[in-house]
Amino acid sequence: MPMTTRRVLRTVESRTGGSGALTKALRYVFPDHWTFLFGEVAMYSFLILVATGTYLALFFEPSTAHVVYHGTYAPLRGTEMTKAYASALNLSFEVQAGLLIRQVHHWAADVFLAAITVHLLRIFFTGAFRRPRDINYYVGLTMLVLAVVEGYVGYSLLDDLLSGMGLAIGNAVALSVPLVGGQFGVLLWGGRFPGTPDFLSRLFFVHVFVLPILIATLMAIHLALVARPHHSQFRGRRQKEGNVIGTPMWPAYALRSLGLFFATAAVLFLLGGLVQINPIWQWGPYEPWLGTNGAQPDWYLGWLIGALRLMPHFDIVIGDYTLIPNPFWGGVLFPGAVFGFLYLWPTIERRWSGDRRPHNLLDRPRDNPTRTAIGAAVFTLVVTVFFAGAADRAFVQFGVSYEFQLWMYRALAMLLPVVVFFATRATCRHLRDRGGHPARDSGARLVERPREASRPLSRPARGYEPRGTETAPEGDARPTGTTKEE
Amino acid sequence: MRRARQIAMAALALLLGAFAVVALAQPPVTRSSAAVEVRPEIAALESQVSRLDEGPELFEQSCSSCHGFEGEGVEGQAPSLKHAGEAAADFYLRTGRMPLGQVGDEPLRGEPRFGDKEIEALDAYVGSLGEGPAIPKVEPSQGSVSEGMRLFTESCAGCHGIGGKGGVAIGGYAPPLGEATPAEVGEAIRVGPYLMPRFSEGTISPAEVNSIARYVELTQNPEDAGGFGIGHIGPVPEGLVAWFAAVAAVLLVARLIGERLGGSRADDEAEEPR
Repeated sequence: MPMTTRRVLRTVESRTGGSGALTKALRYVFPDHWTFLFGEVAMYSFLILVATGTYLALFFEPSTAHVVYHGTYAPLRGTEMTKAYASALNLSFEVQAGLLIRQVHHWAADVFLAAITVHLLRIFFTGAFRRPRDINYYVGLTMLVLAVVEGYVGYSLLDDLLSGMGLAIGNAVALSVPLVGGQFGVLLWGGRFPGTPDFLSRLFFVHVFVLPILIATLMAIHLALVARPHHSQFRGRRQKEGNVIGTPMWPAYALRSLGLFFATAAVLFLLGGLVQINPIWQWGPYEPWLGTNGAQPDWYLGWLIGALRLMPHFDIVIGDYTLIPNPFWGGVLFPGAVFGFLYLWPTIERRWSGDRRPHNLLDRPRDNPTRTAIGAAVFTLVVTVFFAGAADRAFVQFGVSYEFQLWMYRALAMLLPVVVFFATRATCRHLRDRGGHPARDSGARLVERPREASRPLSRPARGYEPRGTETAPEGDARPTGTTKEE
Repeated sequence: MRRARQIAMAALALLLGAFAVVALAQPPVTRSSAAVEVRPEIAALESQVSRLDEGPELFEQSCSSCHGFEGEGVEGQAPSLKHAGEAAADFYLRTGRMPLGQVGDEPLRGEPRFGDKEIEALDAYVGSLGEGPAIPKVEPSQGSVSEGMRLFTESCAGCHGIGGKGGVAIGGYAPPLGEATPAEVGEAIRVGPYLMPRFSEGTISPAEVNSIARYVELTQNPEDAGGFGIGHIGPVPEGLVAWFAAVAAVLLVARLIGERLGGSRADDEAEEPR
């Protein structure tokens, strides 16, 4: 540690009684692997979300009171709308940098969820969820669930046509919960859809206070639980279960991580400034009797829309009482099953493999072919259903019949995971048994072999450069016209 | 030699004649001189004469095999055109939806198969078969875009989408309106082509049609205050950009800075275990 750093540390700690905690933090070791940075991308997206969201909250008014719009956007002038939608329009057209910040906020939400997803895949496929990190894995999964809800609530606030339709679908799903669905819906909405005027301010409170604080708290716990047993690392010549090898926080890793923060911010602000996202003025205000064809949720809910679309139409009816209405299958059961699998997997794997030891060394995906194959199969299922969610767009864009697509996706959702399971397992086993790295190592090895003395190499290939000419047999066997002498 | 000259002269005369007809049939250029005031009337008379001649003949050639010689329709093949009106004929022909390639196909937008004059002749003929909607006069500039948006949301967005980008409808396809002209918008409202419901003047007044047409023009060239419009269909392209631009870029940065050049892993692989 450089001299100045040490002096600053001494100054701070002698006044705060930190007793070496800061020094310890600065000496914290980060193992080197680029895939360990996915979680950091999510964390930095969250920081940007909080920063931009704070600015937006200064101007947004979560009220369902009706006003007549008289703002800058001409095509909506004279239209009656809620204050919420009107303030979102004003925030986009009249507030300084309002549209930029709103677009950065929305892009950051999309990237936040994507980064969590990629991070989750890394954790799953390297077995980083095993003891002692299983609790932290549950914390991370819970953050993912909360982030999905937070995103949904966020774009539902604006009260434009798309968000209103999203809430209508959400309401239908809430009502579909067996036995308690009706009460559940009334509890959330304060009555029948579209709910009481309070509903929007409740959403706002949940979006800007409850969920962000929950996520931030869980994030703090997440980081503490990462640091407590130190980072996991891949197996190497020196990397053992009992050590951590990598770069220290200061003066090395902190700067690198800061670079990643700046890169994330740069990408998000670039998109926010150049690429339009959720142009609410083009959707118009929402009223319960209005709707638009082709309404879609943000990407992280695409798999639920896909599941709602793919599920064949059937309810469970007893007498004239509908016990389980159709939206339950795609909207509750499917995500419940996927997250149930993710939450239960560490336990399942412990029972099935009998391995209850703590692990600080990560698996490569091929080290545990069955786990990798199961994970890949579940992921394939979710991705297939996700694509089915955009089937109506594919129909308009590419002209593939919508009904055909539904049947195709139903078939693929059942077949592809099985195919992927066996293909992944076979590939993993092959790679594990061969012991090479698929990207870095082609399997070619250096081989030493004596030259055959009697065969003159009269016509060498163009650009051929003999090596080890000292040991070449004497005579005219040595190729001429090479670039050796030039 | 003389024969060739005769042919050349005849061709020239024909060309000149055709040119004269075309020039006369052109819509009048608004000029205030009295000399050209007479022209439109002559043109209108002329086109009317040719329309009445040409219509039945064209109909017989191109439409009668499915719709019958008198436009009475053929059971199981094509509907009667007795009450289709000029508006329906004009809409289907100008958007290239008719003639259909095969009976039972969904009529889709394509290159129109007839020229302007032929379409006018067919319109007139189909209109003469019985009572039906006339071609509405649509003036988007007379409409109000905010009223148009409200009406479009109430009556059209359920199938065509709020941005007019089209979508799945039950049993068919609600086409995108990116190429629809104001006249076609008005005709479609009055005619209700294929699966679309028809709207009478009582439901949507001519003034409201003007507003809707004006709003459709806005969707064809929407205000993109936020940058590249990426298709104006909302979250699907946004998700694609989020993953394939933003996430891809950030992961690439992570890949580049994630491992120190010649870093600890490289050392480990090179060093012998101690």
